[in-house]
Amino acid sequence: MKEEVRRLLSEKEVAGFLGLRRDERGAVVPHLFTLENIDEVESLVVEEDQRYSPGKILLKIVAAHPGEKIGVMARGCDERALIELHKRNQLNLDDIVILGVACTRALAEKCRCPLPFPSKIAHGEKVEGVTGREELEAIEKLVEDERFRSWMESFSKCLKCQGCRSVCPLCYCPECGLAEESIIRHGEVPPEFPVFHLARALCLAGRCIDCGACEEACPADIPLRKLSKRMQEIMKELFDYVPGMSPDDNNPLSFTGDAEALKRLGGVIAAMKEEG
Amino acid sequence: MDYRTVPSVCIYCGCGCGMLLEVLDGKPVGLLADKGHPVNEGRLCIKGWHALEHAMHAERLTTPLIRGKGGSFEEASWDDALDLVAGRLSAIKKDSGPDSLAVLTSAKCTNEENYVLMKFARAALGTNNVDHCARL
Repeated sequence: MKEEVRRLLSEKEVAGFLGLRRDERGAVVPHLFTLENIDEVESLVVEEDQRYSPGKILLKIVAAHPGEKIGVMARGCDERALIELHKRNQLNLDDIVILGVACTRALAEKCRCPLPFPSKIAHGEKVEGVTGREELEAIEKLVEDERFRSWMESFSKCLKCQGCRSVCPLCYCPECGLAEESIIRHGEVPPEFPVFHLARALCLAGRCIDCGACEEACPADIPLRKLSKRMQEIMKELFDYVPGMSPDDNNPLSFTGDAEALKRLGGVIAAMKEEG
Repeated sequence: MDYRTVPSVCIYCGCGCGMLLEVLDGKPVGLLADKGHPVNEGRLCIKGWHALEHAMHAERLTTPLIRGKGGSFEEASWDDALDLVAGRLSAIKKDSGPDSLAVLTSAKCTNEENYVLMKFARAALGTNNVDHCARL
C-alpha cells in the first residue's frame, strides 16, 4: 500500500491521498498524504480497527479543491459511501482513485458487516461477512408493546449530541431537518422521542449504507444499527435497492425532476385536488 | 493541498475528551471525536461536537477589551490589559486587605493551570478565597 501511494503521488496521478496514519502519540488518525510531504507515507497504516469515514472528509477537501484527483484508502463500507455520495452529486468518482482494503474477519464481526470488502481489493484478503441480524431478530421476537417499550427506553437515553449525524458519511445537507425547530424543538434533552430518531432514520432511507459509524459514536449506546439494518432490508424488499452498491442504479427515493416524474407528480396533485 | 488532524482536548468540562481538529490548508474546518483517546474512545457530547463553532465565530473576541471613559469597551493590547488588572488588584488589596479579593478557577483549565491560579491567590494575593466554577 505504501509503495502504491508513493507511486500515485510521485507520478502525479493524484494530488493527495487520503488514508490513515499513526501519529506522534501512537494513535491512528486520518491524514492526507501529498508529494510535498511524501516522507509521511512511512507512517501510513492499513490494518487498524479505527474507522474514520473518508467520504465525509473528502467532501471538505473537494469543496476547497474542486476537480483535483484525490486517492483514497477505502474499506467496503467506505467505498459504498463514496458511491452513494457520487450518485447524489456530492462527489465525482471520476476524480477519485480508490485503493480498496479488505477487512479481516475479526473486524467484519465487530462491525456486523455482511460485505467486508470493496469492489476491487488492493490490500488484504477477502473474507466472508456476517449478517449481523442477531440483535434485530431478538427485538423482532418481542410482542409489539414490548418492542415499543424497548425502543422508547433506548431513545430516552439520547443526549442529543448529534454524533450520529456528525459521523454519518451520508449526512451532508447544509441545512439539517434535525436542527429545524418545527420538527425538533430546540433546547430539549432528551429530544422528543421517537420523533428525533425516526426523523433521522427516514431521512437516511435509501442513503444509509449500514456502516455503523452512528452506533459507534453514540455515547448513550442506542442500538442504531437495528434501525439501519431493518431500513436497508425494507428498501431491498420494496424497491430492490441497496444503497452504495452500484454507481449506475437510480435511487428510488430520489426525485430527479425529469419530464416523466413531473407528469406523474402533476397527476397526483390533480387527483388530490379533485378529492378536495 | 494539505489536510491533517491536530489532537486537542475539549475545553467544555473536566472530563477532557480527546478530539481531532481537522485542518485544511492551515484552517480548522471541522473536528472528529478521537477514537484513540482513552477518555472518550471516539465519542463526544453535544458541546464537544460543536466546540469548533466558536473558534472561528465572527463575534469571537480576539483582543482584550478595556472599558473606556464613555463606558464602552475598546480593544486593547495584552500589556495594557494586564497592567490595568494588576494595578487594580494591588490597589484593592492595599485599601481593603487581601481577603477582599477572590479567585474563581475553571473546569475548562488543565489541572496545572488551576494549580497556578490557586498559587497566585495564596502566594501573590494572599487570600484563601479560591473556589471553582462548578460550585457557582
